[in-house]
Amino acid sequence: MEMYLYIALFAPLVGSLTAALFGASKKTMFTGLFASGMLFASFVSSLLLLIGVLEGNTYHVEMMTWIATGDLYVPFGFVVNEVTVTMMMVVTTVSTVVHVYSIGYMDHDKSFNRFFSYLSAFVFSMMVLVMSDNLLGLFIGWEGVGVCSWLLIGFWYHKESATWAANEAFIMNRIADLAMLIGIFIIYWNLGTLQYEGIFAGVNELNHGVLTAAGIFLFVGAMGKSAQFPLHTWLADAMEGPTPVSALIHAATMVTAGVYLVVRMNPLYDLIPDVGLFIASLGAFVAMFAATMALVNRDMKRIIAYSTLSQLGYMFVAAGLGAYWVALFHLMAHAFFKALLFLGAGNVMHAMDNELDPFKMGGLRKAMKGTFIMMTLASVALAGIFPFAGFFSKDLILEVAFVEHHYILYTVLLLTAGLTAFYSFRLVSLIFHGEERYKLFGFHPHEAYKYMLVAMSPLLILAIIAGFLFKGTYYEMVIAMLPAGEYHVHNQVVYWVMTIGTQLFVIAAILFAYRKYENAKIDLKVESGFFYQLLFNQYYIPKLYDELFSKPYVELSKMMWKIDNAVVDASVDGIANVFYGTGNKTHTMQNGNLSSMLRWMVLGLVALLVSAAVFIGIVTNADAIMKLLGA
Amino acid sequence: MFEAIAFYLFAFLTIAMFWITVTTKHALYALTALAAGMIFISAFFFILGADFMGVIQIIVYSGAVMALYAFGMMFFDTTRELHEKNPSSTLVFLLGGMAALLVVIMVSAPIVSGSIEAAYPIIEGIGNTQAIGMVLFTKYLVPFEVAAVMLLVAMIAGIIMAGKKMDISYSEMSEEQIDEKLDAEVIA
Amino acid sequence: MEITLTHYLVLSTVLFAIGLVGVMRRKNLLMLFFATEILLNSVNIALVAISHYHGDFTGQLFAFFIIAIAASEVAVGLGLLVLWFKRENKIDLDIMTSMKG
Repeated sequence: MEMYLYIALFAPLVGSLTAALFGASKKTMFTGLFASGMLFASFVSSLLLLIGVLEGNTYHVEMMTWIATGDLYVPFGFVVNEVTVTMMMVVTTVSTVVHVYSIGYMDHDKSFNRFFSYLSAFVFSMMVLVMSDNLLGLFIGWEGVGVCSWLLIGFWYHKESATWAANEAFIMNRIADLAMLIGIFIIYWNLGTLQYEGIFAGVNELNHGVLTAAGIFLFVGAMGKSAQFPLHTWLADAMEGPTPVSALIHAATMVTAGVYLVVRMNPLYDLIPDVGLFIASLGAFVAMFAATMALVNRDMKRIIAYSTLSQLGYMFVAAGLGAYWVALFHLMAHAFFKALLFLGAGNVMHAMDNELDPFKMGGLRKAMKGTFIMMTLASVALAGIFPFAGFFSKDLILEVAFVEHHYILYTVLLLTAGLTAFYSFRLVSLIFHGEERYKLFGFHPHEAYKYMLVAMSPLLILAIIAGFLFKGTYYEMVIAMLPAGEYHVHNQVVYWVMTIGTQLFVIAAILFAYRKYENAKIDLKVESGFFYQLLFNQYYIPKLYDELFSKPYVELSKMMWKIDNAVVDASVDGIANVFYGTGNKTHTMQNGNLSSMLRWMVLGLVALLVSAAVFIGIVTNADAIMKLLGA
Repeated sequence: MFEAIAFYLFAFLTIAMFWITVTTKHALYALTALAAGMIFISAFFFILGADFMGVIQIIVYSGAVMALYAFGMMFFDTTRELHEKNPSSTLVFLLGGMAALLVVIMVSAPIVSGSIEAAYPIIEGIGNTQAIGMVLFTKYLVPFEVAAVMLLVAMIAGIIMAGKKMDISYSEMSEEQIDEKLDAEVIA
Repeated sequence: MEITLTHYLVLSTVLFAIGLVGVMRRKNLLMLFFATEILLNSVNIALVAISHYHGDFTGQLFAFFIIAIAASEVAVGLGLLVLWFKRENKIDLDIMTSMKG
């Protein structure tokens, strides 16, 4: 089984490096096929490992020693247990699908090979992040996915907006990563180890303050990667990257790494329920906050990005309330239907020549039947209609909030569920229903390649069945590691009222969205209203950041530049000028005349002799000189 | 007493000879004075009991090296006086004097400890030449061979460099032929 | 009146200084070679004297090798000198300025 572990981990790396070899050459189908094949190998290995884990085994290998200095011992160790295997399955499934899909999506791009190199490198980093058996390895993977995300957001680097978005994402993550690094340091400082096993064994003996500090700092790291408020602005801008990237990185895998971190560190967070409650509250806030922004946005991909943000908020609510397995389950279900949604959006973009405004589309269901079905079903799953995956995972989070008596959180999440249904179907109805507005703009939509649709179908199936088929098995498996908790509402009447009520509320929201947006009438009175403008401008937060941080920073930099010119540059130039001047004046020494050179040489000899004589004088009379100085 | 007289006498002679060498305007005088100075130096070697070195000094320096210089000088026009633009003498003598003075100060200061252990002690009762031979052909065999190779290389190099165009003998040519040859060379 | 090592070292220094003056002062390449010989010889005196007063052969052996080096230097140097003279018909140092920096 160790072999499967290594295949699962390193196959994407092999694919990436092979694709990188062709990075500078013309598009070759081989790189796409090979990278996809490697990913499939990784997927199969993960599947075999999953079967092993289901039988009750865990696999732990230490590939080699990495750092061994003093008391610090960090190996390149990898572990496959109930939690990591779940993440591995999610990552490999979605990434295999996305790889195959990308062969079609990136068909006309001249950087085809480079794309696959980056994409597979991302998967490798993600696998390191997930499988590492210590926090430092996780951090390496964490940074690795950050770099790959940067590369992929800025994949079309000739577009200024893309490079800007890439840098924004990278810098925001850097801020958060600093906090995370501090959290790791705190843990090492107090426990002397970075291995999860060692941390979990020793974490009970630490005092509350240290635990709280470590928990908060680690969570700030998670906030950056999972784009939680106030570090959320990068995720929407990250949509500048190619759509498969958005599906893989900014919906299914990388952004969920924060949730994974909290779940992975559950023994730590179990001891600090205050921080957990903070996490849950922030999650609920972000769920609502992002959903409201999604209501009015006019950019197809941004709407889905905000939806991702909102769903990440849900996951943090569950994780913060101690329902780690629920968070992980929603992570898995969400990965499937959100990736599907993004890939569908990618098809639409392809059909519409990269047009992103859904108000310019409409009535596409005739031209793009397959995509229409997939996106509708993915939206239904996202909205949480029975029996799709979202129902089982998202409603469970509502129940968790209810059972744990956090009624405010429950109300917020319930409202957000309605908003989610509304904006999802606003999008679907704008794109696929109503009049065929795209004709006005001269688009000629066409369905995507067949194999792209086939590649997407596993996600569709999973989005439908993941809930009712896997929930039981998953729960049995994962409670071996995570705290068990059934989270059932004991009162039968309340339970049914809640469940059916939620369903009805969501369906009502869907119908409202259909009615309102089928004809895509733009209500000018609403649009000019304060709330609409507030939401449309993302609560003015990007502008606020610009005014609050960017502009003062630019001013500061300008000032520093002047200081730099006056002090640092001037002194460096001064030193250089001194040497330049002496060189200019003394170059007459180098007149090429051997005789004068010999004279200079003798002068040097005399100088050396003088220094030697002085040195000898000092050494032989050291005592006398010391006495003289002492006196 | 005898040793002191010999030392001062030869010291005076050596310094005088070398002084002539560096100051005279005639190359031939310089060569002669140098050869004489070399021989006087060998006297010090005899005084110091280094018989072998003394013999080598006379054979190699006064014999071979000086003969080489003498042959070399045949190529140059040495009969006329040397016209040199000598640089300012004060500076030259100042520098030379300074260097000498500093070294003398350092030498006269008792800095080297007296207890130096000889790596290859001079053994009483055995002749100097025999003793040198024993050390030279055991401990210093490799440097000795390397020096031999170096001398060979130098010899070949000297022959090749100095011997270029030696096949053309101007003395067997008529005046016109020499002029032609030189003109051709100037054009080339 | 005993002759000590210091006497020899002083003598060697004086000869070395004379050699230095020659090296610095003369412009004729042949004279430069002569001055170099003086420098080497002055060092030889010092080495042999040290060897005598410390009862160690090493100094004499060093002097021996110096003589070997001097001989090869003369061979190569004179070769070069002859070559130079053939080209320029002069062996004056002041015309050798091709190493001007």
